[in-house]
Amino acid sequence: MTHHETEHKEHTNTGYGIYVLVWLGLVSLTLITVSLAGFNLAGLTVVTALLIASVKSTMVINYFMHIKYESTLFKVFIAVCIIIFLVIIILTFFDLTYRPEILTK
Amino acid sequence: MSQIHRDDFGSKMGMWLFLFTELLLFGGMFLLYAAYRFAHPADFVIAAHRLDVTMGTINTIILLTSSLTVVLGIVALQRNSKPLSLFFLGITLLSGVAFLINKYFEWGAKIHHGIYPKGPELANMSEGEGLYFGLYYAMTGLHGVHVIVGMIILAFVFVQIYKNQITSDNFVRFENAGLYWHLVDIIWIFLFPLFYLIH
Repeated sequence: MTHHETEHKEHTNTGYGIYVLVWLGLVSLTLITVSLAGFNLAGLTVVTALLIASVKSTMVINYFMHIKYESTLFKVFIAVCIIIFLVIIILTFFDLTYRPEILTK
Repeated sequence: MSQIHRDDFGSKMGMWLFLFTELLLFGGMFLLYAAYRFAHPADFVIAAHRLDVTMGTINTIILLTSSLTVVLGIVALQRNSKPLSLFFLGITLLSGVAFLINKYFEWGAKIHHGIYPKGPELANMSEGEGLYFGLYYAMTGLHGVHVIVGMIILAFVFVQIYKNQITSDNFVRFENAGLYWHLVDIIWIFLFPLFYLIH
């Protein structure tokens, strides 16, 4: 048995059921985030919306994109990519907060 | 038949590396969005009220469902059920069409109301509202292009499954096409609350 054949045998462990459950979770979270937008959560609106979006993305990456069952190397890559992006965002916001004049003409 | 060398791990790795570049492409636009929203918080709220939350919600559910059917199509193929796999993939393609039709009507309504570059309504708006709609068209537009590209790739996969070029023991192309489609889904997961659900 070749290497990829072994891999495919492992893949077959996951059935239809788990994916339908994940989809139900994603749709529920969508409806929750839409109904939450109706409430006035003041400064927390963006934070809750992004938090829910992050949970949904994690579910898509882990199950639909199969990362939960892939080698650690893929997980490290994804983590590095996300961390780089977060660092860029945080550094930009330092700039926006302490040098707001960069946004004005 | 002779054994052809195949490296499924390598091709998946290559696909993921490509997806990272896509993440940073959209990431740059999200960064621009964050900076402009930070500068014009009130204008963004006013502008966002012009979007149809129901349409956005329907499109979100359409995309989530299309992602599910891609995965179900892969499982079906792994279980040697070619017709079922083609059926699921067909639903994905139809969902993509439905998403784009919705987008067409959404954009159409905005343009009809004069919200487009140099349009009469946009000219009356504040700077922040103008920036919001600039980002709205650029980001949902780039996302729409990705939906079209994803559909073309999945259509190729559909044909290859039909012709038995993608089979139950050689389906990494299907998986990679699926990864691309899921990335498009993830980008929408963030676009939706950031453009439609601001209050």
